[in-house]
Amino acid sequence: MLGSRLAAAGVALVMVVGSAAAQPARPTDPQIAHIAYTAGQVDIAAAKLALQKSHNAQVREFAADMVRDHTAVNDKALALVKKLGVTPADNPTSEALVKQGEENRARLAKLDGAAFDKAYVDNEVAYHREVNGALEKTLIPSASNHELKALLETGLKIFQGHQQHAEMIAAALQ
Amino acid sequence: MRGEVFAAAGIFLAATGAASADTITVEIAKLAFVPAQVTAHVGDTIVWKNEDFITHTATARNHEWDVTIPAHATGRAVLSKPEVIDYFCRIHPNMRGRITVEEK
Repeated sequence: MLGSRLAAAGVALVMVVGSAAAQPARPTDPQIAHIAYTAGQVDIAAAKLALQKSHNAQVREFAADMVRDHTAVNDKALALVKKLGVTPADNPTSEALVKQGEENRARLAKLDGAAFDKAYVDNEVAYHREVNGALEKTLIPSASNHELKALLETGLKIFQGHQQHAEMIAAALQ
Repeated sequence: MRGEVFAAAGIFLAATGAASADTITVEIAKLAFVPAQVTAHVGDTIVWKNEDFITHTATARNHEWDVTIPAHATGRAVLSKPEVIDYFCRIHPNMRGRITVEEK
């Protein structure tokens, strides 16, 4: 079950990577901004569920970090698209991210206690790995506007930190 | 008159003593401690200046201190004994630094 969900997450981000490889046209800045913003919103929603359900101090602290950091990054992204006069554009990748985020939360909502903590943290490791891969390989290289590129680069460093933090908690929960 | 001179000398020495403890500033920018490695002396204060738009921590691996540094703010720790302290950010463990604390 976890495997299939992770595979689904992989598919969504591969669509981004794949489309860049298959077509000369790369994702546009409005699409990139929207994909990055959506990926953040999906992680915030998962973290809010963890804050409702988890009683593990380490997991709760991590979830609070995710809400705070992703909100800060998305606030920057919103300010930037406003400044640039860009309208964020929905696209198959952002739509797939939203759908999979909803499915993931429905799956997590059925779990409790240690089973929830483990599933949430394992998913955080896998999700950040996928998003970081997409940022590194596709979104950052495709971004034209230098301010958008710089924000994505800072975002990547932040999310790499989250991935390492999640990996440390996952190891501690074993 | 003589008493006043001694008193003045005492104040002067006290001031010199206080000034010999340094403040060392480490900037935090784009998810990095800059400089990542510093050398300081017992009694010195490390000030972390967070230029990022997110909160960071400076957390000593030996648990001696755990300083939270909000976005665009500063945090500090006083170095109490000679040692090498490795530290990191708890929220972003890819951020690492080292302080070598020498005898005064």
